[in-house]
Amino acid sequence: MSSNRKRLSVGARIIREQPVEFTFDGRKLAGYRGDTLASALLANGVTLVGRSFKYHRPRGIFSAGPEEPNALVTLGTAGRREPNLPATTLELADGMVVESQNRWPSLAFDMQSVNGLLAPFLSAGFYYKTFMGPTRRAWMFYEHFIRKAAGLGRAGTGVDPDHYEVRHAFADVAIVGGGPAGLSAARAAAAAGARVALIEQDFLLGGQLLAEPSDSAAAAWLRQAEAELEGFETITLMKRTTAFGSYDGNVLGLVEQRDPTNPQPNGETRQTVTMLRIRSIVFATGAIERPMVFSNNDRPGVMLASAARTYLNRFAVLPGKKIVVATTNDGAWRTAFDYAAAGAEVTVADLRPVPPAALAAEAGRLGVVVRAATRIVDLHGGHAVRRVTLNGPEGQSSAACDLVCISDGWSPTVHLTSHLGVKPVYRDDIDGFVPGVFSASQFGAGAMIGAYATVAAIEDGHRAGIEAAASCGKSAPVSAPSKLDLGETGSSVLREALPAGRAKAFVDFQMDVTTGDIELAHREGYESVEHLKRYTTLGMGTDQGKTSNFPALAAMAALRNATIPETGTTTFRPPYTPVAIGALAGRAIGHHFKPIRRTPMHDWHMANGAEMLEVGLWMRPYFYRQSGRDVNDAYVAEMRNVRQAAGLMDISTLGKIDVRGPDAAIFLDRVYANGFAKLAVGRARYGIMLRDDGIVFDDGTTTRLAENRFFMTTSTAKAADVLSRLEFLLDTAWPDLRVAVTSVSDEWAAMSVAGPNSRAILGAAFPALDVSDEALPHMGLLESEWEGRGLRILRLSYSGERAYEIYVGATAGEQLWSCLLEAGRLLALKPYGVEALGALRVEKGHVAGPEIDGRTTLDDLGLGRMAGKRSGFVGDVLRRRPALQAPNRQRLVGLECIEDGKRLRGGAILFLPDEKPHGHGRGRVTSVTFSPERGHYVGLALLAGDVAAEGSEVVAVYPMKAETVRARVVSPVFVDPQGERLHG
Amino acid sequence: MLRIECPCCGPRDHDEFRYGGDASVKRPAHDDPDPEAWYRYVYIRTNPAGPHREFWQHVTGCRQWLVVERDTRNHAIAAVDFARKLPARKSTLRKSPA
Amino acid sequence: MARYSAFSVFRNALSGQKNWQRAWRAAEPKSSYDVIVIGGGGHGLATAFYLAENHGIRDVAVLEKGYVGSGNVGRNTTVIRSNYLLDGNTQFYEFSMKLWEDMSQALNFNVMFSQRGQLVTAHSADQLDGFSHRANVMRLNGIDADILDREDVRRLVPYLDFSDTARFPIHGAIFQGRAGTARHDAVAWGYARAADSHGVDIIQNCEVTGFVRDGDRIVGVETTKGRIGAGKVGLAVAGHTSVLGAKAGLELPIESHVLQAFVTEPLKPLVDHVVAYGADHFYVSQSDKGGLVFGGNLDGYNSYAQRGNLGVVREVAEAAIALMPCISRVRLLRHWGGVMDMTPDASPIICPTPIEGLYLNGGWCYGGFKATPASGWCFAHTIATGKPHPLIAAYGLDRFRTGHTLDEAGAGPLAWLQ
Repeated sequence: MSSNRKRLSVGARIIREQPVEFTFDGRKLAGYRGDTLASALLANGVTLVGRSFKYHRPRGIFSAGPEEPNALVTLGTAGRREPNLPATTLELADGMVVESQNRWPSLAFDMQSVNGLLAPFLSAGFYYKTFMGPTRRAWMFYEHFIRKAAGLGRAGTGVDPDHYEVRHAFADVAIVGGGPAGLSAARAAAAAGARVALIEQDFLLGGQLLAEPSDSAAAAWLRQAEAELEGFETITLMKRTTAFGSYDGNVLGLVEQRDPTNPQPNGETRQTVTMLRIRSIVFATGAIERPMVFSNNDRPGVMLASAARTYLNRFAVLPGKKIVVATTNDGAWRTAFDYAAAGAEVTVADLRPVPPAALAAEAGRLGVVVRAATRIVDLHGGHAVRRVTLNGPEGQSSAACDLVCISDGWSPTVHLTSHLGVKPVYRDDIDGFVPGVFSASQFGAGAMIGAYATVAAIEDGHRAGIEAAASCGKSAPVSAPSKLDLGETGSSVLREALPAGRAKAFVDFQMDVTTGDIELAHREGYESVEHLKRYTTLGMGTDQGKTSNFPALAAMAALRNATIPETGTTTFRPPYTPVAIGALAGRAIGHHFKPIRRTPMHDWHMANGAEMLEVGLWMRPYFYRQSGRDVNDAYVAEMRNVRQAAGLMDISTLGKIDVRGPDAAIFLDRVYANGFAKLAVGRARYGIMLRDDGIVFDDGTTTRLAENRFFMTTSTAKAADVLSRLEFLLDTAWPDLRVAVTSVSDEWAAMSVAGPNSRAILGAAFPALDVSDEALPHMGLLESEWEGRGLRILRLSYSGERAYEIYVGATAGEQLWSCLLEAGRLLALKPYGVEALGALRVEKGHVAGPEIDGRTTLDDLGLGRMAGKRSGFVGDVLRRRPALQAPNRQRLVGLECIEDGKRLRGGAILFLPDEKPHGHGRGRVTSVTFSPERGHYVGLALLAGDVAAEGSEVVAVYPMKAETVRARVVSPVFVDPQGERLHG
Repeated sequence: MLRIECPCCGPRDHDEFRYGGDASVKRPAHDDPDPEAWYRYVYIRTNPAGPHREFWQHVTGCRQWLVVERDTRNHAIAAVDFARKLPARKSTLRKSPA
Repeated sequence: MARYSAFSVFRNALSGQKNWQRAWRAAEPKSSYDVIVIGGGGHGLATAFYLAENHGIRDVAVLEKGYVGSGNVGRNTTVIRSNYLLDGNTQFYEFSMKLWEDMSQALNFNVMFSQRGQLVTAHSADQLDGFSHRANVMRLNGIDADILDREDVRRLVPYLDFSDTARFPIHGAIFQGRAGTARHDAVAWGYARAADSHGVDIIQNCEVTGFVRDGDRIVGVETTKGRIGAGKVGLAVAGHTSVLGAKAGLELPIESHVLQAFVTEPLKPLVDHVVAYGADHFYVSQSDKGGLVFGGNLDGYNSYAQRGNLGVVREVAEAAIALMPCISRVRLLRHWGGVMDMTPDASPIICPTPIEGLYLNGGWCYGGFKATPASGWCFAHTIATGKPHPLIAAYGLDRFRTGHTLDEAGAGPLAWLQ
């Protein structure tokens, strides 16, 4: 393809038969299958790819992996817009739409590059020292502009049309990294008998071997290793998969990218997050090359030496023909040799006084110019490098070039072990940090523990694979791995001292942190590594400082005149590379975010005009549209119907617990504040439970079905908590009590028939049952069967009217519901919703959630008499604490609105009529309703006990609606104070 | 995820469990009238940085309350057992005749 | 101390940034101090500053185990608000808000306090009524508060999920315009620098290993840098209060738990407020650098490890997408954990202790950052005078014994267990 002007015609691992088209800032470009976006851009001669965060300096492609600080792009449009992606990790696919970012109006001409001129003022942390005036809120003014200038890419605002999955997986051994060490470890662990997951972030296996020529011995070894692994059914190969975090319990978080070159017509999962639980882990995560620091070292055309070699050998791209390789170690010489072999003009500047003779000899053979004890001190060029200034024994000189390859040694990739709290330790011989002490089920192999040479990495991986398998009990004999010796000459390294150049020398490229910033941080006392990072923003970019952490640490060590271990290390946080939030959410989006709980009668409600309300994941009828225009109309009509005829309410959401055993009555006696031991068989009782601290926990009714068997109901909200609490007491506090508790919440549908007509309706619905007051008195129980399912009728009232709670096997719920409505048709039976239910209970003065708010006691709620003189129940002792007995505590009262045309509102604050409404007042209105019986609004309130005499007047203040309403304190029971209707 | 080896159900993720806090605190007998004892039980915690005995309930499994020994510095779990094996506090109440 | 100003930045730029001084001295401990504050976090440093500034007590050392600000002040999600319901809390947090409003000027250090407003979404009429109650209390205490309906919320934060597929449709919100965020590290550094300028010694890498007693009285501390005498000792080591308290013989109603925090890659401005999701555990703001900073619920078990588990990461991500579907492709950059002192009523403890000479400031649960200035102010007063400042009268240690607990959520002791 003609536009691939930097592409070599043969070799490498691209598939030349499969050309791929894409756009970059609107330009149509082409590459091949097997390219990354970065390699394709380089092949097309694109050197300027992005702009830096702060100074908007032009930046190119710096690396060939996830450590990339510079070449960040935005991929896709609309809902598929994804900012800040490193071009070096994007597998090239047809139709990719790529935009550069953090520039305006264009990449080549970016207005904000003026920041570079202001750089003297924009030193590290300058913003902490200014923007404080002239007025107190001045920062809000400056911040507006700073925010606009900051940030990298722009997020999409549309809906993401793609899908994500979260899956769970298990294996014996996970191997993170598919380089020589990882491949060798996977083979050994599988051969030993372990189930293995091999995780590789790239779309090809091989790691650093991919930087070797495609016709080399390394390539042959790699082909053989891959074939061998594919022969194991017990190995799961996970390519395009990044282990983004390691977590407690030997859990790895993985994110897998779909193969972008093979789109499915119906769309499929874009990314899959796997929670991989394993018994042991081999970390074979390799190492990341470190840049050299010199003036203008950030210009496009400066590249890590290993990356340059990868572009040449893996992608057949020759990004430069006149190159300078600047290094402190042997490894980068291989780049020089390969480029020379590919026809480039190469100079090696090695900082070491005497580079190894073998390398020098090979250089001589290939025509590579060698400059010992020489470093780059400055670099010239804007959007592309033009020349460098070298400083060596012969003084300064200038070298023209179009590519600069740099290497200051390697940093083992210890991120994943660091996530688990394994502190990195410094190793002088490799001038880098390796993981400290591994736990018993974790192992390291290869470059990540400092075994840089391929021959050593393979042996090391082999050992680690065998050990990891053995730690899960798999130790079948394993044959030796095939050898591969690339003749790497060890890791002789000379660390660079701080650079001397005048212009900016970058340590963290993405965050624009320079050596000057580090010096300033040191001068101002921000010397600890964490202070350095936080003050200068070093390592805070999308690359998490993968290439900058060590150079910064070395620079600070030099400034402090201390060793590297004395200066510190850094803690790496997950994720290793950024993970889309949508991928972590998986399918739990939209309606699937949380489960929806439906009662057995749900479909009937939906088919019969119910407006539904969600209450703690339960869908409940709020009101029925045939009752009124809106909720306010409807609930009053539904209330009236209950008081005058009868209503039917779905109460299936109540918690239901079966309590049985010889000590069940004793148990209930302890968990309820009121007594249950003497409850007769066939009778129900309202009960209140306290927390250990004496505050009211929950209320409900419990019925004695038989001597040793009880049926407990709880509030909807507390169903799960109550059950766990009961189990806790039985398992840990009173294991001597012979009691078993079981949730039966989902086994029973429940409905309440309330109102003066309720008995007649029951009679009609259950002609075979005796529902007379003699057979079924108030608080009585009738057990039977209905349509082959269990049936329990409890005569209980929440509304104050004669009422029955009917429990039936859940599968018959809707049928019985319909049957009751049919039986009650002539008796004006109508369904009612939770708004009417709540209103009925307020009128009757029953407490519920707004009053049982986790801060009120039995006495506060006027229920102290339930406990009477009892003791020995949960919460009894601490409820006697002085503050909970104080006379000025807020107590439950009734309130009656005494101003015409006004209403009470829940959440109003109560004051005395003659006091200024300021502060927290004397109490608050908790629940209100319009009372059809009273013809005005009534409410429940918690009001300070020392001012709450019945008949006195208070003012309810509601600033959010600018309302002030006078109200009279009355008994909280607004209807039928004598309780006659229960029997009516 | 912490992996808790439930003695009933095998190794499971900790989010199948409900945490119940310090298992070394002694709950007073149900009829112990001493406010100080209850105050200490409800509120005071040694909260060690190190080995910690704690309650977990396998709510989506066997529903047993367990005692787990776990190091709060690194989350490593050393032991798991049923809570029911704990010696119960003697009650001053007469036991049920049944 | 050379003042920071636009002029000083300009002048130093011209001289190549060579003339800046240390923000605070690298002090080594003297043999004794009038007051030792243990803990070089936001609260400890603020306490030292106010001891000097408000009470003229300048013979003060702040002892920090690691580096200044290495604890929760540098790990939190930086939200500042004063929307508390209960008598005792409401006034304290509003006082703190007022101190925030003056902090950059008072410290001569830009802490970037940004009053961009905080809203909490409501998802039912009942929930909005509850918020109205809170807003009523705030207004009656002189604090700004507003109740927004669905359309108001949509105008303010259109990127939330207003679609038909929203699992918990937005019904409205409570809004506090004066709420916002600040640059957390700057708060620690600003207080450190200001305290140092008053003569306070800030001693880093100095771990307290024990207390020195004279009879029942604490008269100093043992440290990794030797014994240091003290007239009074203030403990401000939230997250590790139990560990230090045990060394002093204090029994405390505190458990340490991990709370995770999250940040995404830097983006151009998207979220201009602090937004909290009323239907689940999730809150988010966008830092000036561009990262979305967010958090959720506790991991749910005692921990001193500053790392969280993957399950909570996923739960928080789910809630994030539920509230803001547009960030599906935004990438999580980093997540980390802080160790929280959880108290039984989720309110802090600041008070003199039963041990003479020892003062306690801890139990901040996950709300300590916003309290930093008021905490320091009131704790300094308490140490200086030996008596609790009136604004922290409700935060005594004995409240659990007496029952005067201050439980905003009504969740009860060990609520995080439920």
